Amino acid sequence: MTEFIQHLINGLSVGSMYALIAIGYTLVFGVLQLINFAHGEIFMLGAFVGMYSALFFGFGQTSSLLGLFLVLTLSMLVCAGVGYVIERFAYRPLRKAPRINVLITAVGVSMFLQFTGQLFFGSDPKFFPQIYSPAGYWSVGSVQLNPLQFFVLGISLCLMMALHRLVFHTRMGRAMRAVSFNHDLASLMGIPTNRVISYTFMVGSALAGAAGVLVGLTYPKIEPLMGVMPGLKAFVAVVLGGVGSILGAVVGSLILGLAEEFVVGYWAPTYRDALSFGILILILLIKPRGLFGKIQIEKV
Amino acid sequence: MSRLLAWVLALVFVWIVNNQIHHFIDPYILSIVIFAGINIIFATSLNLISGFTGQFSMGHAGFMAIGAYVSALLSTSFFASFPQLFFVVIFLSGCIAAVFGYIVALPSLRLRGDYLAIVTLGFGEIIRVIILNINSLGGARGMTDIPPLSSFGWVYTGVVAALFMLWRLTRSSQGRAFLAVREDEIAASSMGVPTTHVKLQAFVIGAFLAGVAGSLFAHYLSYLNPQTFDLNKSFEAIIMVVLGGMGSISGSVIAAVFLTVIRELLRPLQDMIGIDLRMILYSLLLILVMILRPKGLLGTKEWIDFVPRWPKKVLRQRRPLHEG
Repeated sequence: MTEFIQHLINGLSVGSMYALIAIGYTLVFGVLQLINFAHGEIFMLGAFVGMYSALFFGFGQTSSLLGLFLVLTLSMLVCAGVGYVIERFAYRPLRKAPRINVLITAVGVSMFLQFTGQLFFGSDPKFFPQIYSPAGYWSVGSVQLNPLQFFVLGISLCLMMALHRLVFHTRMGRAMRAVSFNHDLASLMGIPTNRVISYTFMVGSALAGAAGVLVGLTYPKIEPLMGVMPGLKAFVAVVLGGVGSILGAVVGSLILGLAEEFVVGYWAPTYRDALSFGILILILLIKPRGLFGKIQIEKV
Repeated sequence: MSRLLAWVLALVFVWIVNNQIHHFIDPYILSIVIFAGINIIFATSLNLISGFTGQFSMGHAGFMAIGAYVSALLSTSFFASFPQLFFVVIFLSGCIAAVFGYIVALPSLRLRGDYLAIVTLGFGEIIRVIILNINSLGGARGMTDIPPLSSFGWVYTGVVAALFMLWRLTRSSQGRAFLAVREDEIAASSMGVPTTHVKLQAFVIGAFLAGVAGSLFAHYLSYLNPQTFDLNKSFEAIIMVVLGGMGSISGSVIAAVFLTVIRELLRPLQDMIGIDLRMILYSLLLILVMILRPKGLLGTKEWIDFVPRWPKKVLRQRRPLHEG
């Protein structure tokens, strides 16, 4: 039982990380119909920006909540900027190109960030400073709970709620939904689609950056290739939940996180990566719309 | 007939060179030449799937891994005492890879575009993870003691055979079916092209050739590690295909040779700063090619399109492949 609850908590915390990344995927896919392969790398950049800014400001010696929020904000801002630059210089020139070309470019951008990351940060794993580490453990019965995990879970929930507010209760959010509904029609209605797409990229990238910092807090070993697998898995979560649906992305991520944690914990630890791809293949074959999908995948 | 003769002559030439090559090339250059050959087979096999048929596959390294491991198993067990039957090993491992190509393609081909890409990527990773977990294949430690049978002769026999196969295939009615599926699937199917069947064929043949490349690779290095066949290996093949031109065999050949040589030229620099510069260069090339020259260097043209009127016979016999 103790083990079960431990796996449950771990799964939820991994799942909430995937969710923050997956939301960016689903937003970008909504407005551009593009799998932004570079999204996992933005997550990696977020972690590194967090680490370097914490070291720069000297956080990490003592646990400080203020420091964490500063680092989080900074990393979100930098990632939003990087997202803007990527969209502006790699994807916008290809707005009219066939989709396969955009896909190839996305793969290229992703690889470019991975390996320039290695060039600048070094390929060896780095230690993420413990900016905020609540002391002790909460024990409920025989179960030991790490308060940090709950704290991280709380922050990601707050971010998701903020995003929900942004998408469903602001002008820009309405424009984003319009563009994702129909790009050409939205532009005929006077919506500046390019600006909306840039904005969407920035929002998604900021969330990925936040996920980077939060992952750094819980699993303090970061390296330039750390974004590849979470990036791909977040995409699996998006497909699982239904492409284009924010709720779907969150639910899909939580399911994927839990499934991974339980399979790894109870059955086959070495098949962690194969599992999520297996889920992806099954979902695409059985229920290609995903759980909450609105968009038909195979259009004629 | 004369064209067939040209291919046979190419084979004879390969084997003549094979006997003499040690006298005039040092082993390091020879290894680059052999890797270039393996990359040519690998890149052109992906070109059939992605370039000619338009199915963007991101898990091609998986088929190569299957070919490599199956051939290594065969030549260390059944064929251990018959090194002269190496070509049978190559052929068999290609066939097994083709079977896997069929298994992977059958469900994946219900999907298109981005989804197909990510599912094939997933299959490639699954193949790698499964190999990683099979203990008799060495798991993460890798597989050693594979007999080093891949000589220049065998590798370039493979290259000539693969190019011959693809060249003939893409200039047959079957090849036009591939192109039709790439250009417009709906139009193709309304013209009576069995699109799913055609796509399956492309996958099976592509996987076969990737398996051949894998078995040559395994018997050249005589050491295999699942890590070799990760995402980056698949990306490498994609870069070769995209750089050379999607739908140009000569383009893939040029790109495969170019990237293999570039990799070796970058090696001193890489040793100096300790970072794999190759991948940075590859990815930059990929982005720039997509933005500046979206069809790749040669587009859908072949080398013969650039030859002036001198070999009249060849020009006349060449059927037009890409109209409009």
